[in-house]
Amino acid sequence: MAGTLTPVLHLVTCGSVDDGKSTLIGRLLAETNSVPIDTLEYARRTRRGGSTIPVGDIDYSLLTDGLEAEREQGITIDVAYRHMNLPNGRRVLVADSPGHEQYTRNMAVAASNGDVAILMVDAARGVRPQTHRHLTISALMGVKTIIVAVNKMDLVGFEHATFEEIIGIVRTTAARLDVPEVIAIPVSAVTGDNITMRSGNMPWFQGPTLLEALEQWEPLDGRPGAEVADAPFRFPVQFIVRAEGNFRGYAGTVVSGSVATGDKVLIADSGRTAHVERIVTYDLHVDGHIADLDRAEAGEAVTITLDHEVDVTRGDVIAAATGDLVQPADRFAADMVWIGEEPLAHGRSYLLVCGPRSVPATVTNVRHRLDVVAGHEHAARVLEMNDIGRVEVATDKPIPMDPYTVVRDTGGFLLVDRVTADTVAAGMVRHAMRRSANVVRHDYAVDVDARRLLMGHDAKVVWLTGLSGAGKSTIADAAVRRLHSLGVHTFVLDGDNVRHGLNKDLGFTPEDRAENVRRVAEVSKLMADAGIVVFVALVSPFIADRRAARDLFDPGQFLEVYVDTPLEVVSERDTKGLYAKAAQGSLPNLTGVGQEYEAPLTPDLVLRGVGDLDASVEVLVRAIVGE
Amino acid sequence: MTTPQSVASVPYSAVLDELEAEAIHIYRETAAAFKNPVLLYSIGKDSSVLLHLAVKAFAPAPIPFPVMHIDTGWKFREMIEFRDRRAAELGLDLRIAQNVAAIEEGVTPFTHGTHEYTRLMKTVALREGLDRYGFDAAVGGARRDEERSRAKERIFSLREPGHQWDPRKQRPEFWRTANTHLAPGQSMRVFPLSNWTELDVWKYIQRESIPIPDLYFAKPRPVVERDGTLIMVDDDRLPLREGEVPDLRTVRFRTLGCYPLTGAVVSTADTMEQLVEEMAGAKYSERSGRLIDGEGGSESMEGKKKEGYF
Repeated sequence: MAGTLTPVLHLVTCGSVDDGKSTLIGRLLAETNSVPIDTLEYARRTRRGGSTIPVGDIDYSLLTDGLEAEREQGITIDVAYRHMNLPNGRRVLVADSPGHEQYTRNMAVAASNGDVAILMVDAARGVRPQTHRHLTISALMGVKTIIVAVNKMDLVGFEHATFEEIIGIVRTTAARLDVPEVIAIPVSAVTGDNITMRSGNMPWFQGPTLLEALEQWEPLDGRPGAEVADAPFRFPVQFIVRAEGNFRGYAGTVVSGSVATGDKVLIADSGRTAHVERIVTYDLHVDGHIADLDRAEAGEAVTITLDHEVDVTRGDVIAAATGDLVQPADRFAADMVWIGEEPLAHGRSYLLVCGPRSVPATVTNVRHRLDVVAGHEHAARVLEMNDIGRVEVATDKPIPMDPYTVVRDTGGFLLVDRVTADTVAAGMVRHAMRRSANVVRHDYAVDVDARRLLMGHDAKVVWLTGLSGAGKSTIADAAVRRLHSLGVHTFVLDGDNVRHGLNKDLGFTPEDRAENVRRVAEVSKLMADAGIVVFVALVSPFIADRRAARDLFDPGQFLEVYVDTPLEVVSERDTKGLYAKAAQGSLPNLTGVGQEYEAPLTPDLVLRGVGDLDASVEVLVRAIVGE
Repeated sequence: MTTPQSVASVPYSAVLDELEAEAIHIYRETAAAFKNPVLLYSIGKDSSVLLHLAVKAFAPAPIPFPVMHIDTGWKFREMIEFRDRRAAELGLDLRIAQNVAAIEEGVTPFTHGTHEYTRLMKTVALREGLDRYGFDAAVGGARRDEERSRAKERIFSLREPGHQWDPRKQRPEFWRTANTHLAPGQSMRVFPLSNWTELDVWKYIQRESIPIPDLYFAKPRPVVERDGTLIMVDDDRLPLREGEVPDLRTVRFRTLGCYPLTGAVVSTADTMEQLVEEMAGAKYSERSGRLIDGEGGSESMEGKKKEGYF
């Protein structure tokens, strides 16, 4: 796109009301005629309590005023999105992040799309901890240009030395964070100095006004003489277009690089290659002419057809077949911003969403938590809301993801809670971990089918879940005796027994319970592969953990059995004396007392723990060997 | 850094190209990720753009989901004619939702305050229509520049069971990656035009030659002036107040809705060129002509959204 300006600039603004951010943004909006006159009139008329601005003047801070609910309850809800039209025709999309609690989360969201960040520093107060916080988050989210607006210069007598002192500190931090470009501008949002008009009060400043800086900005790799390697072609497939005449096209957005007809491309998921036959847009229908594109650049939404049939589904990435290759992996090191109210649980299965792709994934390790103010790394086991940390993520199947610094769209991902569907984290891939590429699955000649023939029956996993003392082990024991006599190869994985060996390092917190379930599920998977009917007798109180266990198996191979015994009955029975201990307070995490038990919503079978044992066994045996 | 040289300028068309690509991306994500999406079509200029973008997003295949119109029974007659003509031209699977119970009870813009009328005829009708067909995602034409509370609206805006909008449950939007997963009872509203301005909509209609209802162009129409607003007498259901005589004036409409609640503007813009020129010079936000938003101050949009309005 040499020779033309980037039409849309994504701007993120950070800073608190104290720094004068609302006033600065409000003035920029007003002075670029980006605000309708009735909104301006509102800002002339309305006054907040304590405002010293005379009625009739514009209170610029009111132009960015938030929601009714926010004003009434004094809470900040989230990022606000506005637009600005610059005199040179450029559109600026502003993501304005509020500066209160939940700051990290909001700022990370706002900065995720940002080309440029305006970082506000109050000249009178100097660099503060939150200045470092803004810089760190901007850098982490990949913002390449930081405009440091040193505000309230009028309060320090427009003094050059104050400005230099502040930007010296900011530049040092920015250099440590590898921020490629820092532009510093002394401004006064209240008086308008160096916002859209050059200040007469600071003749010592030769740089651009804020408006000029926004008008002149270009991405680093788009500037004349830029020595940056071409961005690699990436095209995540969103939708398969099928139309008359055997038309089969892959619709999506070019998120990086460019593609031309005839290019050899790689289906990164399968490793297959093909050549681009056509690049189709709607405009081919105009006037009945066939007028496909020869080429599509980053940001364009197009439909691609390939020269021969290869297997491509939604979520697959079509990529350059040469140069910077992206290969599937199932373990990644990533920086992660935790935004969920519940902390990160190790071993719990989440959905990893990367563009149009969703796959189950677990966080297997937290390496450290980042102190966003000081830049230090602290040892940590969990991440809580607004924490940022380095983690290791394992996906259920290998997927191609890029380092975030190479391509934001194919290197950034969300984690989604599998029960509430809430977004709980945003991650930035730093690198795929070598382990996954080097550990190649070996296909053995004696496989599942061969074992089934020898065993004479299918392998299954019967997962008994329910409160402690519900009767899971008793039912498993009776069922296994019966099956054994019928010649079925069985094994019982009992929660209590497993905790004496394999899982003796685990406790009863939600994270440890998730890991407990994960390990037991993996062991039962190995045993099922060996051809055995496995009974798992495990409290396994959380839906998400049980769902992750089920995902390891083929449909029909995993039976979730809810042993439904009322809490009053199990605590009365109290075969292990646990409920008595919980009542005394010495066992805080007992399921059903100190921790919640999430009953299955759609179990394969429900057995009454107080019912007839023989009847329960009969039901189970029938489910396993048939009538 | 040096002082600026003469700054090159960005052609408007390049901005429109980016907005168009973003909207197409959102459409494709919606069609692929949800089980049963629907396009909410309100016949106005924004809906006309939405429809055009849907055609573009899936070409050469047809639009892969139905289109639903919330019909209050008080739309301009020309709007309904236009709707049916476009549906036939594009081969749309058109569904029409109405609050039949309220119509039978005799609810009109004159019997009820605008707030209650809107709640019954638009919000309730919309909720019923979505429930009847089991739509889990509804695409609408809302833009962030329309009203102050829209500035925080998401592109993928989550609705809780009962279509409630809970500002605190809204999902953060990172990159182009949308979390389209739904828990039981949840649904999604989707706004592909979030980042468009009113002028963008007009410039795009002009560039792409998108058909729009004639009501947007100035011509002599019978109007009465009420409380400073020009109301068109579209049929004989408008109760005339004492002394009111419809007057033929050259007017056009900036937004389209229920005719008794939609103010006309005096204008002579009767070509697309004049219209875009007039809009480019417009200083007031378009909602200033809508009586619907008036009651209860500028906050009412947010209140309506919580009830399930767009």
